[in-house]
Amino acid sequence: MVPLIKIEKRNDVPMALYFFTPFIAIILTILGGGIIFYILGFNPIEALKFYFITPISNLYGLSELLLKATPLCLIAIGLSFCFKSNNWNIGAEGQLTFGAIVGGGVALLFYNQEGFYILPLVILAGAIGGMIFALIPAILKTYFNTNEILVSLMLVYVSKLLLDYLVVGPWSNPEGFNFPETRQFSDSSRMPLLFEGLRIHAGIFLALAAVMLSWFILYKTYLGFQIKVSGLSLKTAKYAGFKGKTMILVVFMISGACAGLAGVGEITGPIGQLHRMISPDYGFTAIIVAFLGRLNPFGIIFASLVVALTYLGAETAQIFLQIPKYTGQVFQGMILFFLLASDYLLFFKVKILNLNKNELRH
Amino acid sequence: MSLDISFIGILIGSIMASSVPLILAASGELITERSGVLNLGVEGMMIIGAISGFALMVITDNLFIAIVGTMLSGVIISLIFGFLTQSLLTNHVATGLALTIFGIGLSAMLGKNFVGIPGKEFPILFSSLRESIPFFGPILFGHSIVLYFAFALPFLTNYFLKKTKLGLVVRAVGDSPVSASNQGINVILVRYCCILYGGAMCGLAGAYLSLIYTPQWIENMTAGRGWIALALVVFATWSPIKVLIGALIFGGITILQLHMQAIGFRIPVQFLSALPYLMTIIVLVVISRDSRKIKLNTPTSLGRIFYKEK
Repeated sequence: MVPLIKIEKRNDVPMALYFFTPFIAIILTILGGGIIFYILGFNPIEALKFYFITPISNLYGLSELLLKATPLCLIAIGLSFCFKSNNWNIGAEGQLTFGAIVGGGVALLFYNQEGFYILPLVILAGAIGGMIFALIPAILKTYFNTNEILVSLMLVYVSKLLLDYLVVGPWSNPEGFNFPETRQFSDSSRMPLLFEGLRIHAGIFLALAAVMLSWFILYKTYLGFQIKVSGLSLKTAKYAGFKGKTMILVVFMISGACAGLAGVGEITGPIGQLHRMISPDYGFTAIIVAFLGRLNPFGIIFASLVVALTYLGAETAQIFLQIPKYTGQVFQGMILFFLLASDYLLFFKVKILNLNKNELRH
Repeated sequence: MSLDISFIGILIGSIMASSVPLILAASGELITERSGVLNLGVEGMMIIGAISGFALMVITDNLFIAIVGTMLSGVIISLIFGFLTQSLLTNHVATGLALTIFGIGLSAMLGKNFVGIPGKEFPILFSSLRESIPFFGPILFGHSIVLYFAFALPFLTNYFLKKTKLGLVVRAVGDSPVSASNQGINVILVRYCCILYGGAMCGLAGAYLSLIYTPQWIENMTAGRGWIALALVVFATWSPIKVLIGALIFGGITILQLHMQAIGFRIPVQFLSALPYLMTIIVLVVISRDSRKIKLNTPTSLGRIFYKEK
């Protein structure tokens, strides 16, 4: 008997497996994390407990989890439109930053005023800011054929430098002793808190609305159909006569608006002003969220909670075990590695054959 | 501040030094991309190189081990990318991003005990000539061996791609993997080699930062240079010599913004810092607008997955 492994290409992807492999990736990531903790000289079980259980074992922790999942979910929902249609917008961090700049600018205009209309204006400005910033790579791609990966990425740095310039220079708080930050926004520019003493705010409803809306657009409208077909085959989309250029502009605008909303949610929510560190790379991490959620609106909710936990866990592990906060990124990187690797199972069948020697001779 | 001739010499010398990590990483990535693989993990590979180089230097106190070890660390980390994209056929963009995120995290984890340790002095060559010859002294002499290697690398890369048979193989694999495969070339193997070579160069680029340029370990010390190196490859339209020129321009902007502030130039630093990124976008627009031009320069199969039915 000679055991043989044979790899065959699948003809179609089994749906159950498609939504199951993210769980395999998460389990492998936890195992991988345990091994790394062990190598670093920590008790892996204890370290993993500090990482994944301690942070969400009380009400405050759960609120923090939702607080971090909100921007991730929003951005990933937007990105799913781009990725589904084969547009590689990886500059969501820049769109988030620019959205926060525009929204924050409006909030600063009203810094000494109160009024029910201020917050909606700030939110709208943020969404438009993100949208405009996302239009740059989209327009350059449609009219000049440039690579959207590189343009959107370069713009991340441009937006961060612009924010840096503003908070150090013209927008810095005149009574702020030269700290690189703006004035505090007025209460009317702040997201209402949902519970006394917790930081979770009304921005979470924006994220949930985005989930519902994106599900509706993707699965119930002609636009969603166009997006999905273009993602599967550009040639088919061309034959069908879809307006490719308009679609590229639209998906980038949706994506940018979502990232802008996430940015505005951060500055009007937990932060309350503009400064240099408005986002711990949510825009990049949301790419992982989008993939882990399988570009599906409800999958993305789940994925954003998982990835938000890696942020929280890293903070807890830093406090209790003095492991650098950056370990969160090790987990995030591993999740994506394992997810991409397990995709192999989707496209290829691994068969273990037991043949006897006579059969092999053929 | 007087702009005399010897000051300009020192200025050019420091611009050269600041462009070294860009030249190394971009030259490595250029070979990878020429074989049709887009590795967005440059930043991650550089930061892993930075911490391994520094850690090895502190532990072994041996230059040779530190430099070779750092290149090896780049090879190992890029092997993850190679295995995923070439053997498991994963998407290049997503895998590269994961590599960068993973690398930044892992380097901080590994470097936890090396924060705040002063680095060792790295030997420089011809230091006496540097002082004795005005203007040309600080430009040509008194640099580390890595700098001389970095400035030779684009020419070597150019020679390799244009004049050697192996270089032709790499270009063939990048431009038309199917035809190359039909000619009996092992496309996957060639791409593996190019990915690992790119990893080694990015590792070295990172080690230059932590061993020579600012001899210490700081979390996230590559500070976006990996992304600039990626942009540089496009900026140079995949030509090694233009990588050298681009790196000097980008490095020059970094140095100039420091001096312009000192002189009292009234442009905010952030605008100067944004210039390399904006220039890259402009160059992208210029080269991409003409579809013939972009076809002539871009590796045709860049970022596409190659799968051969067995």
